[in-house]
Amino acid sequence: MSYLFTTSDEQQQMLGRIGVDSLATLLDQIPTQLQLDRPLRMPPALTELELERHLRELASRNVGAASRVCFMGGGAYDHYIPSVVDEVTGRGEFYTAYTPYQAEASQGTLQAFFEFQSLIAELSGLDIANASLYDGGSGVAEAVLMAMRCTGRTGRVVVAGSVNPEAVQSVTTYLADQPTEVLVLPTRHGKVGVAELESYIDETTACIVIQHPNFFGELEDVEQIAAVAHQQGALLIHSFDPISVGLLKRPGELGADIAVAEGQALGVPLQFGGPYLGILACKKELVRKMPGRLIGQTVDRNGQRCFFLNLQAREQHIRRAGAMSNICTNQGLLALRATVYLSLLGPQGLKEVAELSCRKAHYAADRLKQIEGCELLFTGPFFKEFVLKYEHGADSAIRKAAAAGVDIGPMLSRFPNLNWLPQEVRDQCLLVAVTESRTKDEIDRLVTALA
Amino acid sequence: MRNRQATQLLSELSHAGRRGAELPPSDVPEWPLEDLLPSEAMAAAPPRLPELAEPDVVRHFVNLSTLNMSVDTHFYPLGSCTMKYNPKRHERLSRLPGIVDVHPHQTAGNIQGLLELLYEMQEMLAEISGLPAVSLQPAAGAHGELTALFVAAAYFRDKGESRTKVIFPASAHGTNPASAAMAGFDCVELKGRSDGFVDIEELKQHLDDKTAVFMVTNPNTLGLFEREIAEIAKVVHDVGGLVYIDGANMNAIMGITRPGDFGGDMMHYNVHKTFTGPHGAGGPGSGPICVRDFLADYLPAPIVRQRDTGSDEKRFELATPSKTIGRVRSFFGNVGILVRGYCYLRTLGAAGVREAAEQAILNANYLKALLADVLPSAHGEHCLHEFVASADGLAKERGITAMDIAKRLLDYGFHPPTVYFPLVVPHAMMFEPTETESKATLDAFSDAIHKIVTEDADLLHTAPHSTPVSRPEEVNATRKPVLTWAACNKE
Ligand SMILES: Cc1ncc(COP(=O)(O)O)c(C=O)c1O
Repeated sequence: MSYLFTTSDEQQQMLGRIGVDSLATLLDQIPTQLQLDRPLRMPPALTELELERHLRELASRNVGAASRVCFMGGGAYDHYIPSVVDEVTGRGEFYTAYTPYQAEASQGTLQAFFEFQSLIAELSGLDIANASLYDGGSGVAEAVLMAMRCTGRTGRVVVAGSVNPEAVQSVTTYLADQPTEVLVLPTRHGKVGVAELESYIDETTACIVIQHPNFFGELEDVEQIAAVAHQQGALLIHSFDPISVGLLKRPGELGADIAVAEGQALGVPLQFGGPYLGILACKKELVRKMPGRLIGQTVDRNGQRCFFLNLQAREQHIRRAGAMSNICTNQGLLALRATVYLSLLGPQGLKEVAELSCRKAHYAADRLKQIEGCELLFTGPFFKEFVLKYEHGADSAIRKAAAAGVDIGPMLSRFPNLNWLPQEVRDQCLLVAVTESRTKDEIDRLVTALA
Repeated sequence: MRNRQATQLLSELSHAGRRGAELPPSDVPEWPLEDLLPSEAMAAAPPRLPELAEPDVVRHFVNLSTLNMSVDTHFYPLGSCTMKYNPKRHERLSRLPGIVDVHPHQTAGNIQGLLELLYEMQEMLAEISGLPAVSLQPAAGAHGELTALFVAAAYFRDKGESRTKVIFPASAHGTNPASAAMAGFDCVELKGRSDGFVDIEELKQHLDDKTAVFMVTNPNTLGLFEREIAEIAKVVHDVGGLVYIDGANMNAIMGITRPGDFGGDMMHYNVHKTFTGPHGAGGPGSGPICVRDFLADYLPAPIVRQRDTGSDEKRFELATPSKTIGRVRSFFGNVGILVRGYCYLRTLGAAGVREAAEQAILNANYLKALLADVLPSAHGEHCLHEFVASADGLAKERGITAMDIAKRLLDYGFHPPTVYFPLVVPHAMMFEPTETESKATLDAFSDAIHKIVTEDADLLHTAPHSTPVSRPEEVNATRKPVLTWAACNKE
């Protein structure tokens, strides 16, 4: 079935109106020698019933968070998603619309994204947020390019080793063909050493990139790092967990110039890594160097408040090679999910999610480190995630937990660019993340499994 | 009943003390937070989010949704965007447990079903493109372009060649030059021939040993197939360059001709267009790339591979290509959209894929014929899946612009076509009806356009007249942008 609604009668009438005998005449626009002379080799077509049976069979061979107990982290988390998020974003008027270029036909989308920008500005403690980027990892890369535009510096970019290694890899890939040097500062004690950082940064450095709470769950000394960056005229890019600001100070309060985030925690399902939500916010003086779409408020012909795509002159469809980014399609529906999620939670709800995650993570860490052969790799303060060192090896920890229906990880050995940590440590270590969704019983089950 | 609800902002609807979500009490020991976190890291108060009850939130967003036009509610012939029907089964199936709740760091042994689906998706995309190696990682078409250009750069670096130039026609989508610049290349734009096609002689003048990639959309953004594409590819290959096919228009040619067979070395798909994404009010998309075998080793990691088990049992694994460029994002890719694309391709099968393209071509040509008397297209007697008409005549005779017609269409209950793109046509109106519209819809749309062009010019300049808002003021708003509700309050 190919969702066609034209009968063969109608097709004949249409061909007549076009003035050709057959479809073949229209296909003649494609040189015959370039046309495929055989059917595509594809599996046979399925009806809806067969397709559902097939997808259910495929799904049955995957381990999902819903049927297990998920303590997995490393950038994606099993936070609870209230039902309103699915109901509202499941409306066809939202999810089957295009990018809101025609303001009159898209006020629903435009207002929701304006609200998204406002909420993210508030969460980040900065002035302006865009209407989304692809995801947290590419968002860090976009932020680095933006910092290079803002400072006019292309010599060096300094990235903390405690930033999500997949984001670091994205930065390296994005800059592979630029003269810019990407220096990764190893963080062997779990967080950036401020004194060491000073030796990494020079007057050609465009930015320092940190994550706080970082990839290992630990807190960074953000204000001190900001001071180091600003002293050299570099910008501070702060990758943050949007849930953490229910308890912790916001990037803008700590001195960040640009904040980026993976927004998955804000009502986006895990779905094996995407679609997720790239978040980018900045100080207002940097707005014209920002990548991505920006919704602005204005008035219409009749003086009524309305919303439209503002500052489009930064974008590829106007500026082409001189655009701030090539991004076109972004992650609209996920921005909508985050907007609905945050409006349900409110300040108190966000605080409680943050607090519960933090408390439960500390309870889990406390119990786990009492087990023979288990310790925490780092000893600094952490938020909702920590690195567990298991003397029998991280994969054995994962297997033991799995046998009890519990998932932990990822293992640090999964990330080739964490190679500044000794191999032996990487083989023994893995992340454990705890969200508000976990119960004490579930934590105790994990502890029993590893004991 | 028409929606006349007030559309206050969330911040204006907020009432101190209201809540839309409740969390269970803590069941772990109540250690003082100050013992867990350093006081200097703690916020004095949580962010000032609006405070709303659950019904407030639902009514707000449902009412907002009714202010949109969408494929589910309206004909949406937005050129270059392939606004086809989005099958509802995809929504249900992509939310199955075992798909929607799989953590991205789950180990390969625990996700064999998903890896099989993604592997089969790679296989189908390779077959439809005629290019054997696939990366599902890019998040959208533009991201695919960028990724492929990184792949090209890595390939040339590896060969010890310094190639700095990316060439594209003036009719190219803005993402082509923007991606090339972002990947560190110099951009060269070709004027093209007056009939809208690439001018091979002009192209040759720019081709040399500095040429890395020639990017071309085929069918091009005028909806026309570049008949000389094989010759174009040959001259690019002769100087050692690569040909990139922007696959945004695959809906015209899937199952009929393949980029790999007409000289392309690399391409992207827009799964959210061709394979019914859906568009999500501006994403998420998914922009997989397909490349020739000699570029396969440079693809971003991971890709899905089938392991030889020596038996009938199928095993799949995540693999890192040997000279990989690294990665262009976190995690595997926009899997939720890939699952929908997979469902679509499995529903259509080989014959259905070709049929869809053929009907898309028929619909576009029919609409082109219906509109020819009022909105002629300068290019091509026939078109493929879309066509670009020009309102230049109407502009000169009656002062009616493409934008006027676009806005007035909203009053007739139709989403307008893409306007003012491609840049090579004055007062461009780019219509892409897609295959999932009926003859009756196309007839009604044509009737509306025929009526509109006879209407009073002033009525058109001030259109639309029936939408929630009309003609936003842009000049002052651009000078003094208000981008958050906090900024509104300061004004
Ligand atoms: C011809 C063409 N190329 C590239 C793109 C970019 O694709 P995406 O929006 O998925 O990034 C588009 C989409 O608008 C397009 O129409």
